[in-house]
Amino acid sequence: MSAENQRAFGMAAMGAFSLPGPKQAADPARHQGPDPRPEARRAFVAGMDALLDHSGALYWPAQHTLVVSDLHLETGSSYARTGQMLPPYDSAVTLARLAEVTSHYAPRRIISLGDSFHDPFGAERLSPENVATLMAIIGNAEIIWITGNHDQASAARFGGEAHDEYSLAGVTYRHIPTEGDVHSPEVAGHLHPVARVPMRGRMVRRRAFVGCALRLVMPAFGCLTGGSCLSATTQGTVLADP
Amino acid sequence: MWQPFPWERASIAAILESVQKLLASAGPDADSAASLLPEPFAGWFAQRGWSPRPHQLALIEKAQANRSTLLIAPTGAGKTLAGFLPSLVELSAQNRRRNASVREGPHTLYISPLKALAVDIARNLETPVAEMDLPITMETRTGDTPQNRRKRQKENPPDILLTTAEQVALLVSQPDAERFFSELKVVIVDELHSIVTSKRGDLLSLGIARLRKHAPSMRTVGLSATVAHPDDLRGWLEPQSGDAPTLADLVVVKGGAKPDVSILKSDARVPWSGHMTRWALPDIYNLIKAHRTSLVFVNTRSQAEMLFHELWRMNEDTLPIALHHGSLDRQQRRRVEAAMADNKLRAVVCTSTLDLGIDWGDVDLVIHVGAPKGASRLAQRIGRANHRMDEPSKAILVPSNRFEVMECQAALDASYLGHQDTPPVREGSLDVLAQHVLGCAVAAPFDAVELFDELSSAYPYRTLDWETFERVVDFAATGGYALRAYERFAKIRRRKDGLWRITHPRIAQQYRLNFGTIVEVPNLAVRLVGKRGNTLTRGGRVLGQIEEYFLNTLTPGDTFLFSGQCLRLEGIRDNDALVTKSQMKEPKIPYYGGSKFPLTTYLATVVRGMLADPSGRDHLPTQVRDWLDLQAERSRLPARGELLVETFPRGKRHYIVAYPFEGRLAHQTLGMLLTRRLERMRLKPMGYVASDYALAIWGLGDFSAAFDGSKRVKGRTMADLFSEDLLGDDLDEWLAQSILMKRTFRACAEIAQLIERRHPGKEKTGRQVTISTDLVYDVLRSHEPDHILLRATWADAATGLLDIRRLGDMLSRVKGDIIHQPLTKISPLAVPIMLEIGKEIIVGEASDALLAEAADALVAEAMGDDEGGDEGDEMAEAIGKGIG
Repeated sequence: MSAENQRAFGMAAMGAFSLPGPKQAADPARHQGPDPRPEARRAFVAGMDALLDHSGALYWPAQHTLVVSDLHLETGSSYARTGQMLPPYDSAVTLARLAEVTSHYAPRRIISLGDSFHDPFGAERLSPENVATLMAIIGNAEIIWITGNHDQASAARFGGEAHDEYSLAGVTYRHIPTEGDVHSPEVAGHLHPVARVPMRGRMVRRRAFVGCALRLVMPAFGCLTGGSCLSATTQGTVLADP
Repeated sequence: MWQPFPWERASIAAILESVQKLLASAGPDADSAASLLPEPFAGWFAQRGWSPRPHQLALIEKAQANRSTLLIAPTGAGKTLAGFLPSLVELSAQNRRRNASVREGPHTLYISPLKALAVDIARNLETPVAEMDLPITMETRTGDTPQNRRKRQKENPPDILLTTAEQVALLVSQPDAERFFSELKVVIVDELHSIVTSKRGDLLSLGIARLRKHAPSMRTVGLSATVAHPDDLRGWLEPQSGDAPTLADLVVVKGGAKPDVSILKSDARVPWSGHMTRWALPDIYNLIKAHRTSLVFVNTRSQAEMLFHELWRMNEDTLPIALHHGSLDRQQRRRVEAAMADNKLRAVVCTSTLDLGIDWGDVDLVIHVGAPKGASRLAQRIGRANHRMDEPSKAILVPSNRFEVMECQAALDASYLGHQDTPPVREGSLDVLAQHVLGCAVAAPFDAVELFDELSSAYPYRTLDWETFERVVDFAATGGYALRAYERFAKIRRRKDGLWRITHPRIAQQYRLNFGTIVEVPNLAVRLVGKRGNTLTRGGRVLGQIEEYFLNTLTPGDTFLFSGQCLRLEGIRDNDALVTKSQMKEPKIPYYGGSKFPLTTYLATVVRGMLADPSGRDHLPTQVRDWLDLQAERSRLPARGELLVETFPRGKRHYIVAYPFEGRLAHQTLGMLLTRRLERMRLKPMGYVASDYALAIWGLGDFSAAFDGSKRVKGRTMADLFSEDLLGDDLDEWLAQSILMKRTFRACAEIAQLIERRHPGKEKTGRQVTISTDLVYDVLRSHEPDHILLRATWADAATGLLDIRRLGDMLSRVKGDIIHQPLTKISPLAVPIMLEIGKEIIVGEASDALLAEAADALVAEAMGDDEGGDEGDEMAEAIGKGIG
């Protein structure tokens, strides 16, 4: 995400949401639902008391809701259509990751924050095996497909509802973050944020959650989905796996 | 006033000498010279008081017999003219006979490794053609040639077309290639020794195989500097079939005058470590002052930047000193080249961008700063001075540190012995093959068996097997995945007639946008902007390009040297790195990227020999000799064939220092592998650092005790740590995450056209998501580890950034000869590599002072004698003074 993007979306002051210390995180009274995995961090962000999972997913225990963004399924075949034969394994990998997270949190509701497929015809190209995996992931959960700029709500063929935006307990979920300031909590995707942080003396690039108390931009979940770098401070970001 | 050829600037005396040689030589005698060189050529030579050189006549003779020929000659021998002369002779006779009829395509194709060189040669050829009024047309065709001229060249082709390897690939992929090359008689490849060591060479060899198909009777001419294995180049020039290689004829011009090379004699002390050669700056400056024009060669761009910056800081006479390296803005480079050609400069600080054949005015001194890295490489650079064959070139070597003194001495000896250590011809890479296969389909439908025979006639691909070829074709068609998901998107497909053809005209377009083997590492433009308060001004001048990889390691506010200035990084916007001028004199970040060649196996062997044999050290300066003597006393010097491994404690850490002399790349890979193994042995390694000569690993475990064969683990010795199976699972596992491997993969993926190249300017339009090849690599590696592209990546890594092959050779060589020397403290030989550790930690303005302090402390430790010997202390003091 460029500095201009950050300004445009009113997120110049990142680090406004706090990451709880270990003591706070261990407070059992405030927990509902499953324990956070060691791979997850708890954060008060965009009006939620949520677990930011290192896979790039968010789980909101109070609402039994799992949020993922920018799955970009069928990225490989989307490029193959134009002559760039990327490995045809991305959907399987992304879905396997998603299956792992959903089996841990067992959410009652799953929100896919848009760009679930890399292009509007991706849903048609998903192989029967991958369709089966996706249906198993959804299981009995309610699934909300937010429409993205890439996929045009084509994912609704796998059940669930398609929405341009969706509200849950005062939090609005949409694909593209609102430009300028927001006045109520908002969760979005679209920008594929990535942060650079020093690690063992070297700068390391990782997907990242970026946000504050009022809003959040989710990292892309798709395994072939690249990112754009934060160029300002990296405080208050939580890193996802590469 | 006539202008002589740059390559024919021999003095009268030298010409007379060569006439005598000619008369005495066993080659064509004077009579046959006359018959070989018809009018108006003979008259033209005579008019100038020149006589054709034996090798020039020899090449005419070879041409008449239609023999492909390799010409090996030193710089200034009139190599290029020798290459062209037969074509000029043949064409002038032919063209006088025929009535200005339009030809189908060129008679002679000249291929140069550099665009600039092709243009330069064309300019130089125009003189004799004009003066003799030859009815011969010639034109250049490079990436810069405008579209309308290219079109005209197709409709009305010149007799001689001067071009680059890339253009050959493009020309053979065009549907009219067969017609266009039907009259081709000669292909001249200039600087062949340089081109065969790169992927461009692979691509060119395939292109020539294709040309041969269109023009079966054509011959090739290779022009080369002296190389270690001429037979490889002779094979490269001929079509191959069967086991025994077919070789082109060979014409060798014995070298002119021996170069006058010496190592800088200075009153200053040679430092222990470092690559910046600050100690010799005043000497370098004085050398520049004392000569007409100097070329100052360095090994990396960062060294070039630093040296240029420092020279100007002491440039009280404001001598015109310029800077030239590959990252600078192209226009700026052209300005420097033009000023150089006009003899307006006193010195140019440059990197390998000036290695190849262009003539740069009257250079009378080459100063080589830093390690030469290879005997042949040094000889080539020295050849840049005094571009005429019969006068000695003058060169002075300036080592940056003590190990480099040994390396310089080794290179010096080699230059007197005339020893060559050029790298071998490559095994053709599969990514290039994949690109070419697609190019063939773009040109015309192909039959797989016929194409296989054609491809495997190219020397680098002579061992290609059918199965690999099939996989490459499969890759070009659908990506070559086991999961056959992309059949319907295939780029090429086998039709009912058995021929493979492209599935859509778009494929041809895509191919042409993405062909070639030069992969730009992702670069960002460095843009100099102003600053008002806290806001940066818009616009600003572009200073050049820097690798994104380097910029990613910086944070805003960091300072670094670029384009001769100290710059402060303000931020990154789109594809620009925004910088402002910094007031700081010393940059915070001491280096930025740039290539670093490892020293050649040959020089490494010579340096190891110096350590093993006291008489080999006679020529070294006293300070270096004393240092080695003390090492022999305090620890030991490895005998021939031995690998010395020292272990010692220092502070709270323990150290392992090994001295393989196999180059930094191989050492880095070794360091990573050893660290993993030590971790598994629970010896708590913490880090490692590698130089061209040595490797140091530090950690918390007691390394001396761990490998003495008795204590912790019974019978475990240093030999176990360095055993060859290092290159097994550990290597595989590490490669999975290695950033170097990912960089290598990116290059292969672009060349094989798995992904489209980033076209500068294009990416700004539309918010297009660029593919992250790192992610593609991860997915491919976990799902199809034997994919053809991973095989290509592995082959590159074995000789490229990871140098695995050399490491493997070393491990098997030293097996049984690993000498473990446990010590109670740091040894003299270990001081340089230990200082490298310091350098990584210490950054910032005080670095020099701190480094000197650190050096003092280490030297005192290494030299100091616990039993109170004065000699060691004196030594430490003496040497300590020489630092900083």
